This record gives sequence, C-alpha cells and structure tokens, in this order.
Amino acid sequence: MQFIERRKWFYIFSSILIVAGIVSLFMQGLNWSIDFTGGSLLRYKMDSSISADQVRNAVNEFNLVKEVSVQKSGDEFYLRTNELDQEQTAKMTAGLKEKFTNVTLESAESVGATIGSEIARNALIAIGIALVLMLLYITFRFEFAFGLAAVLSLAQVVLVVVGLFSIFQWEVSSYFVAAILTIIGYSINDTIVIFDRVRENLRTRKKEELHTLLNRSIMQTMNRSVNTVLTVLMPLVTLLLFGGSTIKVFVIALLVGFIYGMYSSICVACPLFYDIKQRSAS
Amino acid sequence: MTRTRREDKLLQKNTSIAIIGAIIVALAFLAYFTYQPIMNNIKLGLDLQGGLHVVLQAQEKEGKKVSADTIQKSIGVLEERVNSLGVSEPSIYPQGNDRIVIELAGVDDPEAAVDIIKNTAQLEFWDETGKVLVTGENLKDAQAQLSSSGGEAMVNLEFDKTGAKLFAEATAANVGKPIAIVLDGKTISAPTVNEPIPNGQAQISGNFTAKEAQDLAVLLRSGALPVSFSIMEKRTVGPSLGSDSLDFSIKAGLMGLLAILLFMLGYYRLPGLVADFSMVLYSVLVLGIMALLGVVLTLPGIAAFVLSIGMAVDANIIIYEHIKEELRLGKTLKAAIESGFVRAFWTIFDANLTTLIAAMVLIWFGTGSIKGFAVTLSIGIVASMLVALTFTRYMLVWFADITKNNKLYGV
Repeated sequence: MQFIERRKWFYIFSSILIVAGIVSLFMQGLNWSIDFTGGSLLRYKMDSSISADQVRNAVNEFNLVKEVSVQKSGDEFYLRTNELDQEQTAKMTAGLKEKFTNVTLESAESVGATIGSEIARNALIAIGIALVLMLLYITFRFEFAFGLAAVLSLAQVVLVVVGLFSIFQWEVSSYFVAAILTIIGYSINDTIVIFDRVRENLRTRKKEELHTLLNRSIMQTMNRSVNTVLTVLMPLVTLLLFGGSTIKVFVIALLVGFIYGMYSSICVACPLFYDIKQRSAS
Repeated sequence: MTRTRREDKLLQKNTSIAIIGAIIVALAFLAYFTYQPIMNNIKLGLDLQGGLHVVLQAQEKEGKKVSADTIQKSIGVLEERVNSLGVSEPSIYPQGNDRIVIELAGVDDPEAAVDIIKNTAQLEFWDETGKVLVTGENLKDAQAQLSSSGGEAMVNLEFDKTGAKLFAEATAANVGKPIAIVLDGKTISAPTVNEPIPNGQAQISGNFTAKEAQDLAVLLRSGALPVSFSIMEKRTVGPSLGSDSLDFSIKAGLMGLLAILLFMLGYYRLPGLVADFSMVLYSVLVLGIMALLGVVLTLPGIAAFVLSIGMAVDANIIIYEHIKEELRLGKTLKAAIESGFVRAFWTIFDANLTTLIAAMVLIWFGTGSIKGFAVTLSIGIVASMLVALTFTRYMLVWFADITKNNKLYGV
C-alpha cells in the first residue's frame, strides 16, 4: 500500500475534521458539564411513566432554582440546575417525593464556578506536560524527527476528538480530560510500535527509498495494529452496551479517540515523519 | 549406558508437558483461592458503593488569616464528626492552603452526612441584648436524650469549670428573661430562665426528632470548627446507584474479557491459548496488587482494568507477530521464539513507557475517580510488561518442546 504517496489525501481528511471541529467550537462551543461551569446535577430515580416535562414544571413551581434542565433516560432523571446548597437540595427532593411516586435521590453533585476554571487550566497543563515528556522520551530513544511527528500527530488527534465533542455536543466533564489523556497514551503506543519498526528497518536499510521503507514498516505492523485496536475496542463496546450511563460519555470518547488515534498513527504520524525528514534533508 | 538423542528429546518433551500441566493447575488454584480474598480486600470507591466527596473552602474572616494550623485543627474536628458516622475508612486531607477534601465511602445517606460535616457548629448563649454569655468552647459533653414521655428529644449539655461559672453568672443575671441558644447564627431555642443554674448543666429542647438531637450532640461534642467553611464541590452517590454501577461494569468487563480471550484463541491458536493463560495470571496480579496496596477501585478504574487487559494482550500480539515473521524466515520454532522476544522487548518497553508517561501525568492531575483510573492503568501497564516478558515467554518455550507444528502458531 502506498501510504506515504497518498499522504496529501490523509492530510486533507484530517484538515477537514479539524476545520469542521474548529468551526463548531466557534459556533456552538462545547457542552460543558457542571465540573466546568459550576452548578448542580441531581440524579433521581422515579416511575418511568413520569415525563421530563412534568418534572420540569414541578421543579419550576418549587421556586428553588433559577434554571433547570431535565433529561430522562428510562426511570432515571437528570436535573441540571444552578448551584444548589444542601438545604435547597433537600427541599427539591422532598418536593419531588411529595409530587411523584417512587422517588429516590441517586446522586447529587454541586460544583462551585471557581473549581471549574481550575480543572480546565490543570487539564491543559496536564496535556501539555504529557506531550512534552513524550517528545523528550522519543527524542532520547529514537530521534527528534520521530518525536516531533508523533507529538504533532497526537495534538491533532486531541483537536479532532475535542472537535467531535463540539459537533455532537457530547458533554465535556472532568472524565473527558481523563479520556483525552488515555487516548494520548494509547495512540502514542500505536505510533511507537510502528516507529520502532521503522527504526529497525532503517538500521538494516540498504538502498531502499525512505517512502517505500515507511510503507513496508506500516504493512509489517498492520496485523498488530488491527488486532490491537480490535482487542481494545471489544471491552469498550461491552462497557458502552452494559456499563450503565455514568461512564457512557467517557467510553464514547475513548472509542472515537482510539479509532482515530490508530488511523493517525498510520496515516498522519508516518507521513509527517517523512515530510520532516525530507525537509531537514533539503 | 548412553541415551540416544531420541530418548533425550522424549524426556525433554515429557518434562515440558509436566511443567505446563503443573503451571496450569497452579494457575487454576491461584485464581480460585485468591478470588475471595481479593474481592473482600479490594477497596471500592464511593461511586461503586455509595459515599461522598466534598471539598470545603475555608472562609477567611476579617483580620483572621487561615493558617495551616487552623486547617489541621479543622481536620481533627471533622475526623471526630465523621467517626461518629461509623464510616470505616474516612479520608480527610488538606488541599492547597485553605481547603479540605473529605472522601467517605460506604455511607448510607451521604446527603445527611454532608449536612453534618458542613456545619461550623459554633454554639453560643445570648442574652436579650444579643451579648454572648458563654460559648460551645466551654462544653465538656453533650448527649442526646429522649424525654421520659418518649415524644420529645433533647440534648443535655455539661459545661467545663469555666463554662459552669460563666453559665451560673449568666443565669443569675437573667432570671425571668429568655436566653437564646444560637447555633451558627441561628436561634434554635430561647427558654426563659426560672432560677440560676449553678451546676453547669443545661438542656436544649427544640422541636427535635431523635435523629436531629443525635446529630446536634455529635456536632457539639466534636466542637466547633475554628473557621467557617463553604462547600466548593460536592458529589454524593447513593448506595443503590453504587451497587448498580458495580454490577453493570463487572458484567461488561467480564464480557469484554471473554471476547478478548476467544479472539486470541481463534486468531493466534496455540500462542493465543498461552496469551489467555497469561491474561488470567495478569488479572490476578493486578487485582491482587490493588488489594495489597489498598488502591481504591472506582468505576473508571474498572474501565482502566479492562483497557489494560487490551494492553496486556497487545504485548502478546507484538511478540507473536515477531515470532511469525521469524518463522516465515525459515527459523526453527525455538530460535524464532527467542529472537522474536528479543526484538519485541524494546518495542514493548518503549511503547508502554510512553503510555505510562500519560498515566503518570493523569495521576498527578486527577482527583478521586480519575486518579483511581490512572493508578489502575499504571499498575496494569507495568504488570502486563512483566507477565508478557516472563510468563508468556517460558510458556511458549515449553510448548515448543512439546510440538513443533508451525500450523499451531498460525503460520
């Protein structure tokens, strides 16, 4: 397969994803969870015959909150509101119990607005540190061109995943940050395995052109790439289907990120390495 | 008597069969006998058994700076309150200069627990003009009591020496007038003084339920926090949601694991079987280490565990792909296994180390559930390398003694 020769198309594909994501980020931004915006999230279990509208109307009657959105999934109701204190939470629960049947408060989260901006800042710092450390390690073990290609590829994986979360308005919570770092960890793993093969082939290289050597290395590791992504996706799919709603978004982020990360290891990182090498040679 | 080469080989083959047989039996025993102890000892996070995570922010008052000492004292008071809740392993620690994090798992009613924690519990007795006569600082004891008729609950207070003296003076000066009992700025009752009380005994009776009286007594016994706190962040999970999450994710995890095992067996045949054995060892190892180190298993932690199984399988896949290549080059099975491992070692090492970097950064960055995720992932990465480079390797070599059929290796 002529991966390197077709790199223009891969770059275009990634660029389209990135641009679409950036446009969406400007148009509709991200669907921040209360982890970032501050606020409260109450999760109730009630009779599934009750509708989200009924709950919203009831909550508005209580006059406890400035704003509320109600999301229903089966017998679970998610109430997102401005930040509530203990007393308001208790009143809300008591009010709902009076109005509806079989009401239990399953979980309650309240986050102050200041903590949200701290999480966002720490997340960016964490991602930055991870990328720099990886660049250093790969430069130390391989060479700078490998490190640069790997880290650039990783950065665009992060951009694309963030963009997809904006496009589909999936909720961005602090779990999302964990997901991004995990995606970075797994994608770098894929990239390193391919680069390791490139390094090995470079050592025994005779008169082979760099692009054919890269294509050959990709094909030699293709079995591993496909099988590994399959074995990681299997448990993710079962987690998505049976793992309950709490970590659903987390699992979606991982699924999307791993697949695109694997694609990028082959179709972005390797071509980038080629271009960096060509440029530094000329 | 000299043995022929053929006999030698046969002996070697039999030894290998014996070793592999012994290992499989040992593995089965290990998995069977460690299952219960691990399950009993592994600590579940609050998202898997219900509980609370609260971050308290000290409220600075004018002229009163919040010092490390204030925070330490507050932690002491909070510990006492939490202990009265009967939580087995509370975790209370400072964060930054003016915050305290409280994590309690296994609380039946986490919202009620937060109610108790958040109070400053500053008890004051005021006269009519609002002058403070005596405060909770001078309390020796506080006990809840049901009145003899059984209906009303109250809290009996006992002052220390200074408190008793102050209280005696206060009651003497206010005969016929009310004294307000004020908790955190809120009047809970304002009884009228009938006669001076010299013995340092007082009683608070409001419209308490038995539970409310209990809670108040706990608050007063553990004393007031030296400074007021506001709740910056609060997450509570009820016990039923926790156990639901646990059931769901274990089920999902097992199915994912089963899918991987079947895939490995189907695709890689004999080495796939070896990989499956190493997965069992790997699982016991990771969960065992977590139980030993007291690492908390959280919901994302279960996801991390399942993911790290994928990672462990990956190490095997890398090795097998190398072995297959060496076999295709025409090497003998044993030589292929040896050189396959040598080549795979640095691949696995470099790949896993970069992943470990991401996990380490996550440990540093994350709190609560996310930290649990990162710790589990890190343990998984290290364990998977160990298992793949030792156990898998020797199993393959022993299997190679038994059969030289390349087809069993998928070539």
